[in-house]
Amino acid sequence: MALLQISEPGQSPQPHQRKHAVGIDLGTTNSLVAAVRSGTPETLADEQGRHLLPSVVHYYKDGVSCMGYEAAEHNVSDPLNTLSSVKRLMGRGLSDVKSFGDQLPYEFAADDGGMPKIVTAAGLVSPIQVSAEILRKLAGRAEIALGGMLDGAVITVPAYFDDAQRQATKDAATLAGIKVLRLLNEPTAAAIAYGLDQREDSVVAVYDLGGGTFDISILRLSRGVFEVLSTGGDSALGGDDFDRVIAEWIRQQVGMAESLNPVEQRILLETAKSAKEELTDQDAVKIEVLDWRGVLTRDQLNSLIDPLIDKTLRAAKKSLRDAGLNTDQVDEVILVGGSTRTPRVHEKVGQQFDRRPHSDIDPDRVVAMGAALQAEVLVGNKSGDDMLLLDVIPLSLGLETMGGLIEKIIHRNTTIPVSRAQEFTTFKDGQTAMAIHILQGERELAADCRSLARFELRDIPPMVAGAAKIRVTYQVDADGLLSVNAREVVSGAESHIEVKPSYGLDENEITNMLQDSFSYAKDDMKARALREQQVEADRMIEDLNAALQKDGRALLDDAEYHCLEVALKALQEVRDSSTEHRILARQIESVGKISEEFAARRMDASIKSALAGQSLDDVENNL
Amino acid sequence: MDLSTQLLTKENFFQLFSLPPGWTVDRELLDSRYRKLQQTFHPDRFSTKGDVDKRLAMQTTSLINQAYDTLKSPLKRAQYLLELEHVDASQESHITSDSHFLMQQIEFREALGDIGDNADPFKTLDTMRTDAQRQYLQLQNDFQAQHLAADYTNALDTVAKMQFFAKLLDEIELREEDLEDL
Repeated sequence: MALLQISEPGQSPQPHQRKHAVGIDLGTTNSLVAAVRSGTPETLADEQGRHLLPSVVHYYKDGVSCMGYEAAEHNVSDPLNTLSSVKRLMGRGLSDVKSFGDQLPYEFAADDGGMPKIVTAAGLVSPIQVSAEILRKLAGRAEIALGGMLDGAVITVPAYFDDAQRQATKDAATLAGIKVLRLLNEPTAAAIAYGLDQREDSVVAVYDLGGGTFDISILRLSRGVFEVLSTGGDSALGGDDFDRVIAEWIRQQVGMAESLNPVEQRILLETAKSAKEELTDQDAVKIEVLDWRGVLTRDQLNSLIDPLIDKTLRAAKKSLRDAGLNTDQVDEVILVGGSTRTPRVHEKVGQQFDRRPHSDIDPDRVVAMGAALQAEVLVGNKSGDDMLLLDVIPLSLGLETMGGLIEKIIHRNTTIPVSRAQEFTTFKDGQTAMAIHILQGERELAADCRSLARFELRDIPPMVAGAAKIRVTYQVDADGLLSVNAREVVSGAESHIEVKPSYGLDENEITNMLQDSFSYAKDDMKARALREQQVEADRMIEDLNAALQKDGRALLDDAEYHCLEVALKALQEVRDSSTEHRILARQIESVGKISEEFAARRMDASIKSALAGQSLDDVENNL
Repeated sequence: MDLSTQLLTKENFFQLFSLPPGWTVDRELLDSRYRKLQQTFHPDRFSTKGDVDKRLAMQTTSLINQAYDTLKSPLKRAQYLLELEHVDASQESHITSDSHFLMQQIEFREALGDIGDNADPFKTLDTMRTDAQRQYLQLQNDFQAQHLAADYTNALDTVAKMQFFAKLLDEIELREEDLEDL
C-alpha cells in the first residue's frame, strides 16, 4: 500500500539479522527483564532460576556493590548502606526527599544542583546511579540469555511520572550503557501484554498498584491502536505504604517508642511485609516482635489498608471522569503490580467497576512482558503495522508568570507527541533578557508545582515594554520528554536558551560518569562512538538514495537535486576514511540539515497520499 | 524550518482529515482517520530511521494531534472556525457585554461556592451540571446558525459565552472532586 512507503521499517543491508531487544520493568521493589523468544514474551531468569531482581543495591566500604537478593540480605544488618525503593527518589530534589520523613532510613547530602545523594560506605551515590546498577545487572542477564549485545530496550515508567522522573530514568539507562528505544508507561505495557486489542472497540481500565507507586489508566483499544484517554494516580502511594501502616500498628501493639532507630524500623517493616503476604491466603497470622507475640487477622488488615485503597479508587474515578466516561462504559479491568495480590484490593476494585478484574498474567511480570513486545516492534524485528500506542502527558506543563502563578501551556491528558506555542512579552523598556521557569503540575501557584528547569532567553533587541513578542514552544516527544524553545518573533532574531535540569544530570555529568565507569575504557568508548556514527551514516546514505530515486525528480528542482547528490558523495567519503567519530557526526549533521527540506516535502506529500488512500478505502468499504 | 508551520500555511485542520470544513464533524470518521494518520506517521513507525525522519515524524504527529484535539472539542472547533474567517476568537479577545448573561454566570459561581451548605451537595451539583450542559448545547446551536449565516459578530459573542460555560463545567467537576476528597 502506497501510504506506508516511508514508514516501512527495515530494508536493512542484512534483512534477517535479528536484533536483541528487551523490555525492562524498573520497579520500586522488584525489577525484571523480558524478551520475545519464539514469538512469545517471557521474563528472563538469573542462574538460580529467579525472575525477579529485588531493586536493592548494597554498597560495601571498598565501593564494590552487590545487588538483588544478595543485597536484600543486608536490609536489617546494614540498613544505611542497603539502598532500596530508590525509584521514589528519581527526579526528586532534596526538599522532596526530606518530606518523605523517616520513610527511607538513609542519610542524604545535597550536591550543587540540589539533587539528593545518599551517603554510603562507598561514598555519595545518586538515585540515578543506583538505578543504573540495577539496569546494568538486568542488561547483563539478558545478554547472556540472548547470546549477544543488546541493541535496545524499552524501559517502563509509571504513567504518572513527571518529566524530571522520566528524564532521570532515561539518564540511568544511558549511564548503564543501554540504548533506550522508548520509555513506556507501565499500564500501557500491561494492556499490550494482555493482548486485549482483538476486540473491535473496547475501553480498558488498568489498575496498577506497585510497591511505591499507584497508576490508573483508561485506554480505548481499537484495531491495534492503544489510545490512552486519561491517566492518574499517585507517585508516592503503594504496597510499601500498606507495610508502613501495618508496622505502625505493630509498634503500637508492642508499645515501642515513636522514634525508632533504623534497625528497629527495618525489623518492623520486614515483619509487616511478611504478615501482609501471609494474609493473602490465610485469615490470620501470628506476629512476633522482640518479646511481644500477637495475631493480625485479615479483617484487621483490611481496616488498616482500606483508607489507602479508597484513595486509589478516588483517583480511578477521577481518571474516568477525565476520559469523559462512566463506570459502566468500562469493558475490562486489568490488575497490575505485586500489591494487587492483596485480596482486599482485588475485591474493592471489582466492586468499584462492577466486574471481575483480569489478573491471570502474573502481576509482577506483565509489565516487563508488554515492554518486550513493544521493544520487538521498535527495534525492527517485527513490523508493527497494526500495533500503535498513543500515550498522554500525565501532568500539565506550563511556565511561571508574574506573581508566582502558573500559565499552563499543555494540559494533562493531552496526547503526545504534542507541540504548543505561546507568546509572551517584555515587562520593561529596553529589556534584553527574560527568565523562563518551566513547571509541571496542576496547582495554581508556581511554588506548588514541580520545577523542571530554568531558562534564560538573551539577546532580545531593546524595545519598549510590551513590543517584543517572545514565542515559547513546548515540544513533548513520544517518551513524554519535554524540550523548550524560545524565539523573539518581531525582530526574527533567534536567541539561544540554556537548559539546566533542576534535579537531573546534565550531559557533561553523564559523560564524566560514563568515562569514570570501569566498564567503559576510553578506547572502547571511542570505537563504540565511531561505530554508532558509521551505522547512522550508512542508514542516512541508504535512506536518502532510495528517497532521491523515488521522489527526487518530482519534489526537487535540478539545483536542489544536484546539491543533495554532492552532499551524499561527501558523506560517503568521510564515512569511508574518517576514524574520528566527531568529524563523521558533523558531516551527518550537515547532510541532515541539507536534506531536511526534502524530507519535509516527502512527509507532506505522503500525508496527502495517506488521505487519498484512505478516501479510497472508504469508498471501497462502502461498496 | 518547521514542518508544522509549513503544513499549516497550506492546509487547514479539516483538510488534514479530508473532512468538509464546518461546524458539523462526523466524529466516527474523524476518529478513524485520526487513527489511520497516527498509524502512518507516529514516531514509533520511524524508530529504525535516522534522526531527521524521527524529528519530522514527531512534528507531523504533534500537528495531527493538535488538529484532532481542536476538531473534537466544540469550543476549540468554534474558535478555529472563526480563526479561518480571520476573526480572532482566542481567549480574552472578546468579552460579552450581555449583562443578563453575566449576572447569571455570577449566580452560578456563587451557588458553586456555597455548595457545601446544601443538604445534598452532590445532587445540587448534578442539577447544576445538567442545567449548564443544556445551556452550553444551546449556545453551540446558536453558533452553528450564526456561523452558517456568516454572522461573525454574534458568533464571536457566542464563543465568548461558550467559554464561560466550558469553564463553569470544569469547575463543577473540580468542586465535586473536592467534596469527594473530604
